[in-house]
Amino acid sequence: MDAIQEQSLPEAAAQRREGMRLLARATLAEFSTVWEAIADKPDVAPVRGPETGLVMVRGRIGGGGDAFNLGEATVSRATVRLASGEIGHGQMLGTDKERARFAAIFDALFQTEKHRPAVEALHRLIAARIDHEDRRKAEETAATRVDFFTMVRGDD
Amino acid sequence: MYVAVKGGEAAIANAHRLLADRRRGDRSLPSITIEQVVEQLGLAVDRVMAEASLYDRSLAALAVRQARGDMIEAIFILRAYRTTLPRFGYSDPVDTANMKVERRISATYKDLPGGQLLGPTFDYTHRLLDPSLIADEAVAEPAAKEPGEHVMRVSDILDGEGLIEGDGRMPEGHVMGDLTREPMEFPMARDLRLQALARGDEGFLLALAYSTQRGYGRTHPFVGEVRIGEVEVELDLPELGFAVSLGTIRITECQMVNQFNGSAKQPPQFTRGYGLVFGQSERKALSMSLVDRALRTDEFSEDIVAPAQDQEFVISHADNVQATGFVEHLKLPHYVDFQAELDLVRRMRREYEAARTGGEDGMKEAAE
Repeated sequence: MDAIQEQSLPEAAAQRREGMRLLARATLAEFSTVWEAIADKPDVAPVRGPETGLVMVRGRIGGGGDAFNLGEATVSRATVRLASGEIGHGQMLGTDKERARFAAIFDALFQTEKHRPAVEALHRLIAARIDHEDRRKAEETAATRVDFFTMVRGDD
Repeated sequence: MYVAVKGGEAAIANAHRLLADRRRGDRSLPSITIEQVVEQLGLAVDRVMAEASLYDRSLAALAVRQARGDMIEAIFILRAYRTTLPRFGYSDPVDTANMKVERRISATYKDLPGGQLLGPTFDYTHRLLDPSLIADEAVAEPAAKEPGEHVMRVSDILDGEGLIEGDGRMPEGHVMGDLTREPMEFPMARDLRLQALARGDEGFLLALAYSTQRGYGRTHPFVGEVRIGEVEVELDLPELGFAVSLGTIRITECQMVNQFNGSAKQPPQFTRGYGLVFGQSERKALSMSLVDRALRTDEFSEDIVAPAQDQEFVISHADNVQATGFVEHLKLPHYVDFQAELDLVRRMRREYEAARTGGEDGMKEAAE
C-alpha cells in the first residue's frame, strides 16, 4: 500500500516526505548548527504545539496479515508558519519538543526558494550520519552470521 | 465496607522521604544517569516499555531508576504516565519484512536467504559470572563483515509451497479493537488478544508457554524465525495527504510454526503462532507466539483442555499492572472489614458452643 502511495505521490510531495523522514531523526545539535548558520532568519510563528502525545503503533498478524494494535509510542509535534506564509509540520518519536519545533521550521524553510539549499544540506548531513550508523550495525550483524560446514566422519 | 479514616500523613511523608534516601543509596557513590540505564541496562528498559505498552527508552529508564529496579513498579509508573498524554492517532502497521535486522535465527531451515545472524545474544554463553566486569576492563570493538543479501521471511518460504497457513486474516467486516479504548469482552478476537499478549507479563506468558510444551495444550512448535531490529513508524498526516516517518523503533518478532491442521476441504498444513514485542525481548516473543497459537482453539476446532487455551483465563491474568493492583491492595487498611468478620466469627462460635452444650445436655437427659 505504501509503495503505491509513494509512486503516486507527486515529485514535490515525495521530496518533502523524504525530508520529513530525515528531520524526524535529526539531533538537536544538527538543527541548531544549521539554524545558527542561516544569515537572515525568517520570523517563525507557532501554529500548533510543540506538544507531546501518543501514537498507537500497529503491527500485522503473522507479519503481513490484518493489523492489530501493538502498543503506544511517545510522539512530539509542532506546526509553524513563516512570515512569508509557508506552513511547516514537524513530528517525531520521543518527548523532545524543541526538536519537533526545529523539524517544523525546517519543513517550512524547505518550501521557500531562498532557504531550500540550506535545508537540503541539512538533509544530506542527517542522511549521511544515518547511513553510516546503519552500515556499521549491518556490518557488525553480518560478522555474527553462521558459516555452516559439514564434519567429515572418521569412519567413512 | 469502606469508612473514611484520617491520620498517617506525617508517617507517609517520612516514609516517602526514606524511600528517596534508600533509592539514592550510598552518597559516596555516583548517581546513575538515565543515559547509563538506557545504554547498560537496555533489556530492563525494553521489558518496561513492552509491558507498560509505551515505547520511550528515556522514560522507561527513568521509571526503572525511580522504582529502584522493581520492574513491575516501573511498568506501573510508565503505564500511569501514558494516561496523561493525548492520543494523536494510529500508525500505519510496521513492516517487519523490511526490518533493519540485528539478529535473525531460524530453527527450521539451516541455509536460508539472509542466513543465521546471531547478533548480540546470550545463547551459547556459559552463564558463568564474569569477574572482568567488576574490574570494568576495556571491551573490544565488535567485529565487522560485508553485509549479505536481504533477510527473507521464513514464513514466505513455506508459504510459497502452500505448506503453511498464511499471515492471519480477521473475519470479513471485522473492526480492529483497541484494549485502551474499550473494556475487555470474551470471547475476544485474535487482534485484541495479540494486543493483550504484547503487553502481558513476561513471566506469566513464559510459564503458560512452558505448560504447552509439557503437555497442557500441546502445539508441537518449531521456531520458524526470530528477528530483532528496527522498523519505521509511519503516521498519516491528513493535512498533507501522505504518511510520514516518525523514526524507528526496535522490536522482536517470532514466527512459531506448529503442527498440521487439515479438513475435508483443506489439505494438511502447518499452523502458526505470532509474537511481536517492543524492544529486544526474545523470550517474551517466543512465549507470546506459543500462547497465541494455543488460544486459537476456535479456528481449529480444538478442545479446551489446558489453562493456556482458555482465553478468559490467560487474557484476564496476563496484565501485571492489573494483577499487582488487586493483589497489593490487600495491604491497604481493611480494619473495618476485619472487625466485621471478627464479630461474625465470634457470634458463630457462641452459636456453636450453645448448640454443642445444648446437644450434650439433651443427650444426657435421654440417657438418664
